[in-house]
Amino acid sequence: MPDNCARRDGELYLKQSPMNYTDEQLKLKSLRLRRSVLKWVKHAGAGHTGGSLSCIDILNVLYNRILNVSPQDFSSPDRDRYIQSKGHSVEALFVVLADRGFFQESELETMCRYQSHFIGHPTRKVPGVEQNTGGLGHGLSIGVGTALAAELDKKAYRTFVLLGDGELAEGSNWEAAMSAAHYGLDNLTAIIDCNSLQIAGRTRDVMNSEPLGAKWSSFGWSVSRIDGHDYGQLTEALAAPLKEGQPSMIIADTIKGSGVDFMEGVGKWHHGVPNDEEYSGAMAAFDAQLSELEGVLS
Amino acid sequence: MSAPAGSMYSDAAESIAAELGLRKGKANLEVFAATVEELASKDRDVLAVVSDSRGSGKLGPFGERYPEQLIELGIAEQNLVGVSAGLASAGKKVFAVSPACFLSARSLEQIKNDVAYSDNPVTLVGISAGVSYGALGTTHHSLHDFAVLRAINNIYVVCPADNYEAREAVRAAAALGTPVFLRFGKAALYDLGSEDEQAFEFGKARVLREGSDLAFIATGETVIHALLAAEWLKRSQGLDVRVVDLHSIKPFDTDAVVAAARECDAVITVEEHMINGGLGDACASAILESGLSGCRFKRIAIPDEYTVTGSQADIFRHYGITMEGLVESASRLLAQPAAVS
Repeated sequence: MPDNCARRDGELYLKQSPMNYTDEQLKLKSLRLRRSVLKWVKHAGAGHTGGSLSCIDILNVLYNRILNVSPQDFSSPDRDRYIQSKGHSVEALFVVLADRGFFQESELETMCRYQSHFIGHPTRKVPGVEQNTGGLGHGLSIGVGTALAAELDKKAYRTFVLLGDGELAEGSNWEAAMSAAHYGLDNLTAIIDCNSLQIAGRTRDVMNSEPLGAKWSSFGWSVSRIDGHDYGQLTEALAAPLKEGQPSMIIADTIKGSGVDFMEGVGKWHHGVPNDEEYSGAMAAFDAQLSELEGVLS
Repeated sequence: MSAPAGSMYSDAAESIAAELGLRKGKANLEVFAATVEELASKDRDVLAVVSDSRGSGKLGPFGERYPEQLIELGIAEQNLVGVSAGLASAGKKVFAVSPACFLSARSLEQIKNDVAYSDNPVTLVGISAGVSYGALGTTHHSLHDFAVLRAINNIYVVCPADNYEAREAVRAAAALGTPVFLRFGKAALYDLGSEDEQAFEFGKARVLREGSDLAFIATGETVIHALLAAEWLKRSQGLDVRVVDLHSIKPFDTDAVVAAARECDAVITVEEHMINGGLGDACASAILESGLSGCRFKRIAIPDEYTVTGSQADIFRHYGITMEGLVESASRLLAQPAAVS
């Protein structure tokens, strides 16, 4: 068990975490977050639904167990940095930030509308967003920069970067990978939302990025591979003691479209809006799961 | 390697410079390195970030004296700019130093997204800019940087003409808090004087010489040639030629450019850049939008063709970016009748 974690009722939680959610509570939260993603994508009539659903558990654990960030103190130079390099999964980030109180979820009614800051990729105009992203292959370099700054300033904050597996075809990622290891940035953790799909099909068919573990290890990173929908594994990997002198890579195997049965593992939902029938079916399924879980938890 | 070549100043140009009291200074690159070191000695947050470019950026001594303030990223310009953006977002005062040809092309998306759009206050330092690398060829020339960076929101584009401007531009960039691209060549430059009279300010042209028969509007390493040509035209034809040193391509001093067009009989723009999308186009737009018509106007720049091979001096001479070339262009333009307006 990581030093900075404790167990309660057999479940890991981060000692510093202000929330101390149990895995069951996080599961409930993820259900609500997934439901929100679908709701706002449907409302906006646009969105990168599949990838938002694949990374939502990662964001849930990050924002509710790991990251030292808060709406009240977001300008603190000591805050942790979360950079979403796969910026297109912005709906997941929006609903998680709203849940953490960075803004009212109702503001998402303006998503993708004229003059809204809630556009199709993260921008700092939205409270809680650390960096503007959207072009792939940018976030890791920026993360190397913030991690280097922390080292130079002898500050304890950590930097987390979320990448997509399709994104890894961008060569700039590997420039960043090399430099993170060169500088021994153990305060930098990257997570691959490895959902195995991209717009044109399966990542292994479009441009095979495997073997990911061997690649990152050979670049000098400390690598773990986990189930990206398992709160325990995510927590353990994200809260693991830092490997001195090595950046950390967490390859999180995920399911694109996770939580909506007809979207799971189906490439066309990379970006896509469910029709009315699909939407009401998915929302009814969420509501049934929610009432069941809420019943158990109460 | 550098181009084996003679001076771009003819004997006549050298003697006019001497008679004007102009003194040969250093390369702007050296002034940049000295100024950044001076800033770094007083502020630990000042960083030079390089892509195997500490030597060409004259930053070797800086790296020895302030090893913690020189970040080496190897030959990887995209990462250079991305990392610089991250460092700047965490409060560092970053000078990202790389040959202008690579910095403004290979890492253009990082400049657009991670620096300009994200408002991470990096100072991008394009070294050995324009055709400074001469005979190394088109791969190493940056003749597109004004054009591409003019088309990006939230970045200053500044091209100092002498050592004074280079020093002031580096200091001003460090203090600015928003993105800047500084463009430096590696040839030793004449000091153009007048630093006491006109303080350096981004977006404010310096009028180095007054006149109303013709205006040269020039930038960077071409300004000296315009100044010498102005003096030659005075001596040979009695013309009073204004020389506007437009060091800031962005923000653009529209007032100075429009005033030159309004008050002078003709305007010639001069730049070490491709003719498309640079200083000349910016001046033409400003003049037309001001409502002036019939202004005799000529852009001197590197034409849209396979660039001639040779040293920077050879290339300048070939395309008429010398005192003699500019005098010839001026005489030709002034011989044209003004358009009927």
